[in-house]
Amino acid sequence: MKNIILSTSIFLLSSSIAFADKSAVIENYANIALAKFEDSVITAKKLQTSVNNLIASPSAETLNAAKSAWLLSRNPYQQTEVYRFGNAIVDDWEGKVNAWPLDEGLIDYVSATYGGATDENEYAVLNIIANPKLILSGMSIDATNITRELLSETLHEADEVESNVATGYHAVEFLLWGQDLNGHGTGAGNRPWTDFGKENDCTNQNCDRRSSYLKTATDLLVSDLEWMHAQWQTGGDARLELTKDVNNGLIAMLTGMGSLSYGEQAGERMKLGLMLNDPEEEHDCFSDNTHNSHYYDGLGIQNVYLGTYKRIDGSIVSGASLSSLVAALDVDADIALKSDLTSTMVELGKLKEAADNGFAYDQMLEKGNKKGEALILNAVNGLVTQTRSIERATIVLGLQRISFEGSDSLDDPNAVFN
Amino acid sequence: MGFFITFFITFFYSISAVSDTLPDPRSDIIPRTKEELIRISKITLPTTNFSQAEKFENNSAGETTARILKNTNAFSQNSANLSFKSELDFKLGNALFRKLWVSSPSSTLASDGLGPIFNARSCQRCHLKDGRGHPPKNGSDSTVSFVIQLVRPEFNSKWKDEIEGYLGGLPDPTYGNQLQEFTTAGIRAEGSFEIEHINTEVYLADGTIVKLQEPIYKVKNLGYGKLHSETIIAPRIAPQMIGLGLLEAIPNADIIKLSDPNDRNRDGISGRANYVYSRDLNEITLGRFGLKATSATLKDQSAVAFFNDIGISSSLYPEGYGDCTNQQSLCQNAPNGNTQVHNDVEISDQALDLTVFYTQNLAVPKRRNSDDPDVLWGKKIFYKSGCISCHNPKFVTNRLKEKTAQSFQLIWPYTDMLLHDMGDRLADNATAGRASGNEWRTPPLWGIGLTNQVSGHTQFLHDGRARNLLEAILWHGGEAESSRNKVVELNKKDRDSLILFLESL
Repeated sequence: MKNIILSTSIFLLSSSIAFADKSAVIENYANIALAKFEDSVITAKKLQTSVNNLIASPSAETLNAAKSAWLLSRNPYQQTEVYRFGNAIVDDWEGKVNAWPLDEGLIDYVSATYGGATDENEYAVLNIIANPKLILSGMSIDATNITRELLSETLHEADEVESNVATGYHAVEFLLWGQDLNGHGTGAGNRPWTDFGKENDCTNQNCDRRSSYLKTATDLLVSDLEWMHAQWQTGGDARLELTKDVNNGLIAMLTGMGSLSYGEQAGERMKLGLMLNDPEEEHDCFSDNTHNSHYYDGLGIQNVYLGTYKRIDGSIVSGASLSSLVAALDVDADIALKSDLTSTMVELGKLKEAADNGFAYDQMLEKGNKKGEALILNAVNGLVTQTRSIERATIVLGLQRISFEGSDSLDDPNAVFN
Repeated sequence: MGFFITFFITFFYSISAVSDTLPDPRSDIIPRTKEELIRISKITLPTTNFSQAEKFENNSAGETTARILKNTNAFSQNSANLSFKSELDFKLGNALFRKLWVSSPSSTLASDGLGPIFNARSCQRCHLKDGRGHPPKNGSDSTVSFVIQLVRPEFNSKWKDEIEGYLGGLPDPTYGNQLQEFTTAGIRAEGSFEIEHINTEVYLADGTIVKLQEPIYKVKNLGYGKLHSETIIAPRIAPQMIGLGLLEAIPNADIIKLSDPNDRNRDGISGRANYVYSRDLNEITLGRFGLKATSATLKDQSAVAFFNDIGISSSLYPEGYGDCTNQQSLCQNAPNGNTQVHNDVEISDQALDLTVFYTQNLAVPKRRNSDDPDVLWGKKIFYKSGCISCHNPKFVTNRLKEKTAQSFQLIWPYTDMLLHDMGDRLADNATAGRASGNEWRTPPLWGIGLTNQVSGHTQFLHDGRARNLLEAILWHGGEAESSRNKVVELNKKDRDSLILFLESL
């Protein structure tokens, strides 16, 4: 009974939060999205420049520069992932830029020991780069020119197979690094720069088509990011949708935080890899950048709650926060969530540090590797714990999660179900 | 058990008492109160008012209903009312669903056990985008998402005495339950198939001619000699995956109530329940899943699909060699992935349960345009043509103790979950449980209007022979003959409205 009284009083309090406060929180959330996507565009354009350099004058240096640019481009992008789930517009678009896992043999040559997804997914060895003419679902495809349309309309998810990924960060990653054939051993993919070499320098054939694929996929990535950036400008669809109803806007924020923390990151990207002990079950598997991918995902969740984002140039975007809204109603709930978010970042930080010092994520996944398992599990536990606090904050704010909203039974006492 | 079913056949009016004794797929059920029973019987009555959309109609799957996605992921969303925690299980299940199994022996113990003979290496490879499979478009297209089952008549089933009217169905003595086109290294493939078509024409009352394509199947390149002389080739496309957990949560009694095995109401439609032995429940109970309702629970269905389609053993089907028969000794003796780590099977119970959870929670998207006047007109035609005699509009699911997503939802699947004789032209002549060679379980229609968006085609019925919804209707025969004939008589406007209604589902 005590609990019921308590929650009722919280509910009453929630209606006393000024509308302006909620709007300001959403406004700041959208501003941070704008800044994150702008940073993603800026870093993707730097990647584009270095890819163009690589293609113009292939060398170990230009390839390394392109790889470095790719790694830097991931950091702001990963922090935008918390905008998925709650924001349909981001969710519907996300597959173009960040689809994973992928059957890389669709794109380019793969090792003969690759385990051959051949009989399963015939397009897993389609090798677009080597084949200007190909047959797809019984239809002849002219791939002489590697165009954006060919990649995004024809090949991406070819034959409805999700692992046929032809576009996005991970397609570019594969082209820059090549397959990571080290299993649980040390080392990332090790593509020679000569794969982009001119004439006699060219290794593994079709260097011009490989370069063309890399350029097209990078250009497409930039334009897809630019499109999403525009949606967060004043008057953009993403922003308009959020501001239609402030409560739904807050729910979108919390749903993004909770769904990314629990199901997506703790579950699909971390726990699954441990369950299967599979070195392929890492998010950025060619570049061995998974630790950063996880770290910046976590950071994105934290900065949405705190309402503060540090941009790539070091400047700060900051404003009214979910944290201040929650604190106004229940200081303990706010402290708990903030402290959970910090703990998760500490654990993800340890994981990142270990990987930065040479203990790669795919090594951590090896069966019986207790140290690796502990690093991953501690981060998973942090993410799981913070989700409970996110749920608590949702209740404190008097909100129903978006998934429950709109179901008729809740609005209608005469509904057949309760 | 046989006693009960015989009893039920004989004493029609005691159905509910009898069906109470058959186990429901979910064991955590809270019995309905009298008040609830009254409310449920009221709300599930088919509407007679077509001037506006019904209350709740837009949420085809109750609170689990997913939002409308405009892309190919429309069938891949989780139940909308899952907790964050359950979302995790859903995602793990999804990962297992799309996971590529590898052959044994392999260093990745959790992923090996493929085959030795198989149709696909992952669930998703057939259930493309969690939607419907399709027959190969032509000779050079992939045949994955389509299987050939092999069924012989069974004359002396051990279940005959236990299940009234049980016909059974045996595998081919050499090739087993189905024709697997793929194998692991060193094992001969079983064969492949080809399809020829016979074109026929249907004349509609307004003079429109519709061309139907009847597929004729031939197996070829048989690796192990001839099929048994009585073996029947039963083609199947992978069905769509949405809303299955809700269909599993419909009370047995509510399904059986709709059956009319002896057509006592003389509407030409019988509706028979299939009764099968459930390995999951270890009892005989109502069959629900599969084209002939041969699986009682989603765990039964998932386990049998793992076993036959991918060659993965589980606690329900423990043989590591999958569908290899004792006529295929090399295949039976090939290394398999049964390891002690996973209780001597290839997919652990934990992983199987996660996969089942995934299949229970693939959500049905919200209706579109349910209050459009043309859609409502089409709905009226659908109801008045008798389609709802089998495509039953509504059910209310069991109330579940765990308050899982499927608990106590008003759902609109447009199926009665029963077997119906669909006529000779559609028959595959394969018996399954109590299902005759002419009988099929009514498939749910929810989400059918999104088939093109999700799967890039509109091929319907058990083998995808219908190339659009109108063709699918025109293939209906047997118990559905009179409804089909009503559609033949429609003018173009009414016909278009009927299709619009179906596309809004």
